[in-house]
Amino acid sequence: MRALVWHGANDIRCDTVPDPEIEHPRDAIVKVTTCAICGSDLHLHDNVMPGMEKGDIVGHEFMGEVMEVGAEAKSALKVGERVVVPFTIWCGECDQCRRGNYSVCERSNRNKALADKVFGHTTAGLFGYTHLTGGYAGGQAEYVRVPMADRTHIKIPGGLTDEQVLFLGDIFPTGWQAAAQCDIQPTDTVAIWGCGPVGQMTIRSAILLGARQVIAIDCVPERLAMAKAGGAITIDFQEESVVERLNELTGGKGPEKCIDAVGMEAHATATLDSMYDRAKQALMLESDRAHVLREMIYVCRPAGTLSIPGVYGGLVDKMPFGMAMNKGLTWRMGQTHVNRWTDDLLNRIQEGQIDPSFVITHTVPLDQGPEMYKTFRDKRDGCIKVVLKP
Amino acid sequence: MALYDRSSAGDNLARGLGWFSIGLGVAEVMAGRSIARWMGMEDKTNLIRAYGVREITAGVGLLALGDPKPWIWSRIAGDAVDMATLAAGMENNPRAGNARIAFGAVMAATALDVVCVQKLHREEAYYRSLPVPDYSDRSGFPRPVSAMRGAASDASIGEDMRTPRILRFQSATGPAQSQSAQG
Ligand SMILES: NC(=O)c1ccc[n+]([C@@H]2O[C@H](COP(=O)([O-])OP(=O)(O)OC[C@H]3O[C@@H](n4cnc5c(N)ncnc54)[C@H](O)[C@@H]3O)[C@@H](O)[C@H]2O)c1
Ligand SMILES: [Zn+2]
Ligand SMILES: [Zn+2]
Repeated sequence: MRALVWHGANDIRCDTVPDPEIEHPRDAIVKVTTCAICGSDLHLHDNVMPGMEKGDIVGHEFMGEVMEVGAEAKSALKVGERVVVPFTIWCGECDQCRRGNYSVCERSNRNKALADKVFGHTTAGLFGYTHLTGGYAGGQAEYVRVPMADRTHIKIPGGLTDEQVLFLGDIFPTGWQAAAQCDIQPTDTVAIWGCGPVGQMTIRSAILLGARQVIAIDCVPERLAMAKAGGAITIDFQEESVVERLNELTGGKGPEKCIDAVGMEAHATATLDSMYDRAKQALMLESDRAHVLREMIYVCRPAGTLSIPGVYGGLVDKMPFGMAMNKGLTWRMGQTHVNRWTDDLLNRIQEGQIDPSFVITHTVPLDQGPEMYKTFRDKRDGCIKVVLKP
Repeated sequence: MALYDRSSAGDNLARGLGWFSIGLGVAEVMAGRSIARWMGMEDKTNLIRAYGVREITAGVGLLALGDPKPWIWSRIAGDAVDMATLAAGMENNPRAGNARIAFGAVMAATALDVVCVQKLHREEAYYRSLPVPDYSDRSGFPRPVSAMRGAASDASIGEDMRTPRILRFQSATGPAQSQSAQG
């Protein structure tokens, strides 16, 4: 089959690889009809996320048709059913899964021993991600093996297009959880850094959850325009001071809720700390650039909440922790517990409360995937979200 | 749209200059004295070492992700300083010949820097000239935003995702009172 394969920094290729097979009775094989490139994939493409190996198939936002089901998954899944696959693989039986904490499932990471060493305790297995999270083959491919398939799926009823439901596997619940874990109150100002696909979903979620004021921060004009369309007041961080504007918009008090939808590859701004991060990252003394985190800690209203869906991979430096502690900030973060939210969100899509396909700007065949990684990363051609058709 | 492309022709040249800066910088720091002696400018040893640090900084900046233009401009400014130092050092210098060779090398590097920065600015102008697509109709909502605000405030969000009541922003009536009233 054809699949997008990681070969190293800036080197993802469309290769011919062996078809996946059922390896465990809980597995299923899904024929991918639609998949997407996620901002998290960019961290792999740019090789700032440790733990990839040459030959790994990437992609964790995908959906399709069930082709084959292992004996132990048959009660939950039938051949021919249409499913979106969540990027977090979950067993449904461990302590964490029983609490709904699927992204920290204790059993789905087959490289548990390694993850236990690196993270202290393992987190869930993820598709098309690093070997720290199981190194499972990803979904930017014609076929995927889905482990623990009796749990790891979202069934899609008829009458909805792939484009409407695809993002249930990742960015829609990610934006939703980012907003939900802020426990938004009708009096809240919610500031969101990053107007990429995750930021866009977060903006819509914050509006639906009733935030009084949503403020979105980025520097890419068309992304800011899309944020505005979704109901956000926008700040272009290359044109104005983020801290000053946020204070102005909140009567000098700062936003109650701050969300980092940027992650470890924050653009350098003209501030000293960004330059410092860039230099340290180049010298491999630091893996993550934390400009957004620092800005959030600084500007957040005391006793407010920081929510961090943006992905970090390793070590950050110059974290003003004293400021965070003294301000009594609440931190909420993590990979998304996708299936915890998807029943509710699927309902909302069906009822027409939201149509997540608004974010798609490019649809191309799978073999154009490698170029689209660059178009998406460099924000060329108005690109916000890329959908691939295997 | 980003105003630079980390795989463009201009950027590749910038990267090359970044490695060159680091190589030269390390040589200046480690072998500052021998270089200075060779050019007959031994009194400038420490200055040459300082220039080495400057080169390394520019090199790291060029290799790091992000816009290379400011770093190339900093290299051009640095080249000018180097040339001024060399020119001053040629007076009454028995080894002025060597200093002149160094001067020529700096000039060649400057030429490359200028070519590079021009390329990068041309690329930026091209990116700027591309039309910005209009996404102002992409709200994702069926009705105006004002009608959608709070449409999902009934959503079931687990208690574990909620801010504990005691930590929420409270009115002046005090947490104790409102808590007993509600819970
Ligand atoms: N927690 C999860 O489960 C989960 C799921 C999906 C994605 N993610 C993460 O979410 C993040 C965003 O993903 P995406 O798909 O939207 O990617 P993206 O790269 O398209 O979006 C990032 C946006 O942030 C903007 N940005 C960069 N620096 C900034 C700064 N200093 N201030 C404000 N904005 C800045 C960029 O211009 C860009 O528009 C990534 O880190 C991704 O890995 C997390
Ligand atoms: Zn993702
Ligand atoms: Zn589990």
